[in-house]
Amino acid sequence: MPYFALAVSTLALGSAAGLARHVALEGALRYPLGGWGAPLGIDLYVDGLAALALLMTGVVNWFIGLYATAYFADDRAGRYFWPLWLFLSGALNALFVSADLFNLYVTLELVGLASVALAALSGKGPALVASMRYLLVTLLGSLLYLMAVALLYAAYGALDIATVGARLQNEPVAWVAFALITVGMWLKIALFPLHFWLPPAHANAPGPVSALLSGLVVKAGFYLLLRFWIMLFPDTFDPRAGHVLGAFGVAAIIWGSLHALRQRRLKLLVAYSTVAQMGYLFLLFPLSFTVQGASAWSGVVLYMLAHAGAKAAMFMAASNLLLAYGHDRIDGLSGSAHIMPVTLFAFGLSGVTLMGLPPSGGFVAKWLLLSAAVEAQMWFYVGAIVLGGLLAAAYVFRVLRSASRIVPSTAAGTLAVRRLPRRLEWAPLVLAAVAAALGFYAVLPLELLEEAAPFTEVAP
Amino acid sequence: MLVGVALFSLGLHGLLAKAHLLHKVLGLNVMASGTFMVFIGAGARVPGVAPDPVPQAMVLTGIVVAVCTAAYALALTRRIRDVTGRTTLPGEHDTPPPPHRAARDY
Repeated sequence: MPYFALAVSTLALGSAAGLARHVALEGALRYPLGGWGAPLGIDLYVDGLAALALLMTGVVNWFIGLYATAYFADDRAGRYFWPLWLFLSGALNALFVSADLFNLYVTLELVGLASVALAALSGKGPALVASMRYLLVTLLGSLLYLMAVALLYAAYGALDIATVGARLQNEPVAWVAFALITVGMWLKIALFPLHFWLPPAHANAPGPVSALLSGLVVKAGFYLLLRFWIMLFPDTFDPRAGHVLGAFGVAAIIWGSLHALRQRRLKLLVAYSTVAQMGYLFLLFPLSFTVQGASAWSGVVLYMLAHAGAKAAMFMAASNLLLAYGHDRIDGLSGSAHIMPVTLFAFGLSGVTLMGLPPSGGFVAKWLLLSAAVEAQMWFYVGAIVLGGLLAAAYVFRVLRSASRIVPSTAAGTLAVRRLPRRLEWAPLVLAAVAAALGFYAVLPLELLEEAAPFTEVAP
Repeated sequence: MLVGVALFSLGLHGLLAKAHLLHKVLGLNVMASGTFMVFIGAGARVPGVAPDPVPQAMVLTGIVVAVCTAAYALALTRRIRDVTGRTTLPGEHDTPPPPHRAARDY
C-alpha cells in the first residue's frame, strides 16, 4: 500500500507539472465536465493560481508520502493513513480546479473530513478531543460557506464563479454572502482570534499528518478566500473591509509568534508559528488596494508556496525529534544537533524560510510584501512584517540553542535516543531545501501567476 | 427562506451554546437543514411556475454530505466517550471529571 500510494502521488505530481506547463504556454484552461458547459454543468478551471496550488500540493505531498513510508513502517495507524492521505490529496486537487460554487462546497467538506480523520489517527484522548473540535469548526465553516452559496444562487441564479462574478451587484445580498464566506474561511484558516482549534489538532497528530495539515490543508481555505476576494468580489467591497482583515492579520502575527515563543513543547511551537504565518497571508487584503497591489499579490502567493514547503519540513523535523527522544520538550532536546545533524539542519533551513532571510523563498515573498507596504506608506504593516520576522527568528533560535547545547556523551538522556531511518531525516531536509531554493527560482511561479493576475492593469 | 434563516440561527445557537457534543452535532444538522430550506426557497420564487430543479439537486447532494458528516461526528463522539469518559469538550477552565464517572456519562 505505501508504495502504491507513493506511485499515485508521483503521477499526480507529474500531471500537476504538465498542467502548469500547459497553462504557462497556452493560458488558462477551462474544461466542461461531460461536455455540459457552464450554466448547468460543472466546469473545471485552471489558471496560474490553480496550477501553482496544484504544484504546491504535488511537491509537498510527495515528500510527506516519502516520509510516511518510513514513519509508518511498523505502525498499525499506517494502514489507515494511506487511503486517507490519497483521499485528502484528491480532495485538495479537486478543490483547486473547481470553478463551481457548489462543487467547491463539496470538495471543502471532503478536505475537512479527510483532515479530521487524519488528525484523529493516533486514537489517543487528546488527539480525539482536538479533532472533534476541529471537526465542529470545519463543519461550521463549510455551512457558513454553503449558506453564502444559497444566497448567491437565490440572487443571481448561477453557480459558475465567472458567471456569478459578471452578474454581481454592489448590494446587501452580496455583502452578506461575502461576510459569510469570509468568516467561514477565517475559521478554517485559523486566523486570530479563531485559531483556538489549530494548535492542539496539529500538534497531537502523527508527524506526517501535522505536516499535511499545517502545510497544505489551511491553504485550501485561503485559496478559496483568494478566489472570492480577488476574483469574485473585486469591486464590491470597501477597502476598509480589507483593513479589518489586515489588522487581524497583524494581530495573528504578533499573538501567534509570542505564543510560539512561550511553548514548552516543540510541536506546539511549530503549530503556533502556523497561526502567526497565516497572518502574513491576510496582509494581502489591505495591500491589494494600493498602487503596488500586484507586488503584494505575488508576495502573498509566493509566501503561501514557501510556507507550505517550509512548514511541512519543519513539522517533519520536529516529529523526528519526538520519535527519537520519545518527547518533544524543547528544554530536553540538548545535544540533538550532534546526534541528528540532518534533522536539525532541516529544522534550521525551514526556519530560515519562515523568518524570511535571503536567499529563501520566504525572503522574496516578504520583500515583495514589504515593498508594497512601504510604497503605500502603510507603516503599520511594515512594522508587523519586520517584527514578525524577528519573533520567528527568536523562536527558531530558541530551539536551535537548546538543540546544540553540548551534553557529555555518557549522560543517560543521550543513550536513550533512538536511531532513525535515513529517509525520515532526509525527506524534510530536501523539502526545506526546495522551499529555500524557491528564492532563486521565484521568477518561474511569478510568471505562471501572470495567467491569473487580477492586477495586471495596475502593475507598473 | 425566512424559515431557513431562522433554522440556521437556531442551529448556530445550539452549536455554540450547548456543551454536550450530541447537542452540537444536532445543532450543525439543524443549520444544514436551514441552508437547504433557503436553497429550496431560492428555486421557487415565482408562484405558478414550476420551480427551478437545480437547487433541489444541490439539496440532495447536501443531504448526502450532511448524513456523512453527522455519522462521522457521532462516531467520533462515541469514541471520545469511550476513551476519555466524557461527552463534552474540555474547556480551558474546566476541571477534569471525577474518576468514578468515567465511561458512564451519557
